[in-house]
Amino acid sequence: MSRDESKLLYAESHEWVDLAEEDGKAVGTIGLSGFALEQLNDLVYMELPELGRELTAGEEFGEVESVKAVSPLYSPVSGKVVAVHEDLPESLEKLNDDPYEFGWIVKVEISGENSVESLLDHAAYQKQCAEAG
Amino acid sequence: MTIELAKTPLDAWHRANGGKMVPFAGYEMPVQYESIVSEHQACRRAAALFDVSHMGRLRFDGDGSDQFLDHVLTRKVADLPVGGVRYGLICNEGGGILDDVLVSHVETPSQRRFHLMVVNASNREKILRWLTPILDDFPTVTMSDRTQLTAMIAVQGPAAMEACKRLFSFDPTRLKYYRAVITDQFAKPVIVSRTGYTGEDGLELIVRAEEANRIWENLLLAGRNDGFIAAGLGARDTLRLEAGMPLYGHELSESIDPLSAGLGFACTLEDRSFLGSEALRKIADSGPSTVRVGLRPEGKRPAREGCPVLDREGQKIGEVTSGGPSPTLGYPIAMAYVDRANADDSEFKIDIRGKLVDAKSAKLPFYKRPKS
Repeated sequence: MSRDESKLLYAESHEWVDLAEEDGKAVGTIGLSGFALEQLNDLVYMELPELGRELTAGEEFGEVESVKAVSPLYSPVSGKVVAVHEDLPESLEKLNDDPYEFGWIVKVEISGENSVESLLDHAAYQKQCAEAG
Repeated sequence: MTIELAKTPLDAWHRANGGKMVPFAGYEMPVQYESIVSEHQACRRAAALFDVSHMGRLRFDGDGSDQFLDHVLTRKVADLPVGGVRYGLICNEGGGILDDVLVSHVETPSQRRFHLMVVNASNREKILRWLTPILDDFPTVTMSDRTQLTAMIAVQGPAAMEACKRLFSFDPTRLKYYRAVITDQFAKPVIVSRTGYTGEDGLELIVRAEEANRIWENLLLAGRNDGFIAAGLGARDTLRLEAGMPLYGHELSESIDPLSAGLGFACTLEDRSFLGSEALRKIADSGPSTVRVGLRPEGKRPAREGCPVLDREGQKIGEVTSGGPSPTLGYPIAMAYVDRANADDSEFKIDIRGKLVDAKSAKLPFYKRPKS
């Protein structure tokens, strides 16, 4: 089963989030968009957060590094990190091919009030990418 | 305010061929086409073409050009024979590095001799401003900025020389390392030098701006079966880092002197005087305060410019000036300045954005091409 990128929400900073219910809890699975990965190219390193870390929407939770540059990863939602894709930093070459399924980075159990209104739907995100060229 | 960026004569080619254009030293330059890593590897395995037209090209004509250059350069060039190329530095009176440059002494087919200085793009205007008043003392010397009128192409890699040999009307393999010649190619003069900034064998060509595209395309075609590709500034940077070569703005600046930068070989201090020589002699006598070292951080995370370098006890003793992954070696590498007292340490720590990473000293250059 592959995640349908058109059903995801996106941050302006290029993270995607898949909001779903897991065991009665609201969980957001977070990754980096295919567009962003294509721009970054030649990834060499990824820094992941600790399990259990509390994140606020917009907070930096890790970083992804290409040959040329370091890019921070920002959480699109607030909540507690309940899963971390530990295999990902060792398999960065696979990330570009499968950003929405294999490429999940963390899962966040969404806490309390969470505004997703500032996030973009797929159409709005695509528009942003098109404008960025 | 937007600053108008200059374009090289190959600008349209870069755009038509997927070049990702970025502002660099006042120019729009391709940082990469497909991927920095594949361009880097093409250069190490076959050959890569680089548009380095942004580099400044200053020509010096007239009697006394050699004395003038000898006065402003750390390296003796008064004895540079026709056909010779020399690396040197331009320093201020305090010994701070204004730029690192290549000087060639060449002769036209009509037997006119001149010197050509290639300066860093980011320093071109500064160097023009620095040299202009000094020229007043050398009335027979004229300086002309040839940057806009010409283009510069580097072709670098193990397959570079053979392909150029097939293409050119002369045999460039007869040109020795750090030698230059003016030759007519396609009926137009081209300055060919066996120099480069990648750690590979190869040539750098200075051609008339209007000839740039034709020569570029012909070079690509000549090396088509060998795997020649165009490479951007990204690969140029990873290649020179592996080759342990300093880059102005990173290893070199006005706040560092050539001896502390490990460029003593490019300073001729005996029996001559030049701008900055007094300051450099003092530094030579007391010993430089820092040394440039190679480091290999443990793990996969590259240390980047500005990361503090600590000794084993955790005391800050230096700073990373360039760092990144080494596509050839498969692990991260970095160049750094550390205190002279720590020059021979074998173990360091690097503070990578708050995390201390162990690093081992590594001999420069990190990469040396296999002897052919």
